[in-house]
Amino acid sequence: MVNTKVNLSGIELSNPVIPASGTFGFGYEFAEIYDINCLGTFSFKGTTKDARFGNPTPRIAECPNGMINSVGLQNPGVEAVKSTELPKLKEVFHKPVMANVSGFSIEDYTYTCQALDSEEQIGWFEVNISCPNVHGGGMSFGTSPESAAEVTKAVKSVTTKPVFIKLSPNVTDIVSIAKACEDAGADGISLINTLLGMRIDLKTKKCVIANKMGGFSGPAIFPVALRMVYQVYEAVKIPIIGMGGVSSAEDVIEMMLAGATAVQVGAANLVEPFACKNIIDNLPAVMEKYGIKDLNEIIGGAH
Amino acid sequence: MKQQIFKITKNEKIAKDVMLMHLSGDTSDLTTPGQFVNIKLEGQFLRRPISVCDYTFDSLTLIYKIVGAGTEKISKYQTGTDLDILTGLGNGFDTSKSGTTPLLIGGGVGVPPMYNLCKKLLTEGKTPTVILGFNSRDDVFFEKEFKDLGVNVIITTADGSYGIKGFVTDVMKNLDYSYFFTCGPEAMFKAIENIAQTSGQYSFEERMGCGFGACMGCSCKTKYGNKRICKDGPVLEREEIIW
Repeated sequence: MVNTKVNLSGIELSNPVIPASGTFGFGYEFAEIYDINCLGTFSFKGTTKDARFGNPTPRIAECPNGMINSVGLQNPGVEAVKSTELPKLKEVFHKPVMANVSGFSIEDYTYTCQALDSEEQIGWFEVNISCPNVHGGGMSFGTSPESAAEVTKAVKSVTTKPVFIKLSPNVTDIVSIAKACEDAGADGISLINTLLGMRIDLKTKKCVIANKMGGFSGPAIFPVALRMVYQVYEAVKIPIIGMGGVSSAEDVIEMMLAGATAVQVGAANLVEPFACKNIIDNLPAVMEKYGIKDLNEIIGGAH
Repeated sequence: MKQQIFKITKNEKIAKDVMLMHLSGDTSDLTTPGQFVNIKLEGQFLRRPISVCDYTFDSLTLIYKIVGAGTEKISKYQTGTDLDILTGLGNGFDTSKSGTTPLLIGGGVGVPPMYNLCKKLLTEGKTPTVILGFNSRDDVFFEKEFKDLGVNVIITTADGSYGIKGFVTDVMKNLDYSYFFTCGPEAMFKAIENIAQTSGQYSFEERMGCGFGACMGCSCKTKYGNKRICKDGPVLEREEIIW
């Protein structure tokens, strides 16, 4: 028997596999096809203060071994999440869930996090700081250590639950940003968000995505994500949730060897709806194959 | 939604760049005409959503147009090949509102879902009329198949090389009908919307990520709120569409 249990900021996960925000909605599409209680937890659809339609379509473009999305944080807004989505989720998922939160100002983040903090279903916050700061000239909060720290401090001051800051890879030095978040009181780091990408259609000679650019994800970005998890692990003491192109139990183990305590699965869910269940089912056999008895023993094992 | 392995029993060209594929497999998750399936392809990251032309409990008929690398690959698959397919996707057409003499309008590669819909309306004792619009003679398919159902079928081609010269709306404007169902290019939808005399249902197309409602890649705004073309659609009612 192998041990797949990991501890994420004081909450035990039966396994480290977590569907990534934006690829799993609020869980019900997947609950129709398998019992999602097999998941360690899942990170729900990025929630903002107000309802958002998001970006114009087309929002999706295919790439070799991956895809670009430009959904633009479509969500019903935090009040509807509390009144409609969380009660529906409660019927199908009986574990603490990760609340993914986005904002366009510091006040947006604190409003949304404060509104969700008292919800007993929520185990952790995952704060997406890749969005543009409308008061900061549109630069993403996640592109400077100072603004990343500012969001972290503000969210920590209004929440009682562990706060993971989800970092953008579209920066010159992700390590300094991770350290700034740790110093500002973050309980953990999630990385990486999508890489900024583009496709052009040869027939129309225009960008495929209506907004021209979007977030590149899928197996193609796995080595980039793995490298960044490895680098951040060397610099911080707080736990890391690793993500970016993970699509197999082998990828989960590789991410953990780089330094992740838990691992998110994103784009894979969209093409293989049973991806997370399959990974969880395969994990013990793959652990045995590589002589791993306890996942906790391999976290950061490659360093 | 179900994930099933289907076996290709036929994959042949039926018109210019248009292929017909028969598959055998479990279709139990298909419940109504106008739904679609999402096919996994070797070497492509995203699945390819294709509307269902017809099905029985253990067979599936798909008609698709070769438009890019993905459908090009599908067109080369040989009989006997196994395909990983998500079935039972989308809402499909609601025939309960059709009245006794509904009009079915298919444009180009929007023709296929009209076939199973036509069959369903016939089993409900209704008398559908079918207009199929194409660009040119080389593009025409399924005229005989519809005629074999015993319904009135009118073909139009934009260049007049086959059937009536003009667009589907040139025929539609002279007909009486109780309701309409349509699938095809958006330019055709707008022309229909301008002249339609009754309520109806439009089946939309959009670039999709997952095809089952998870990614929000194919959202649109409607008068009744945001909808996902893949899950809350692809069929929308005339009254809710914002053009």
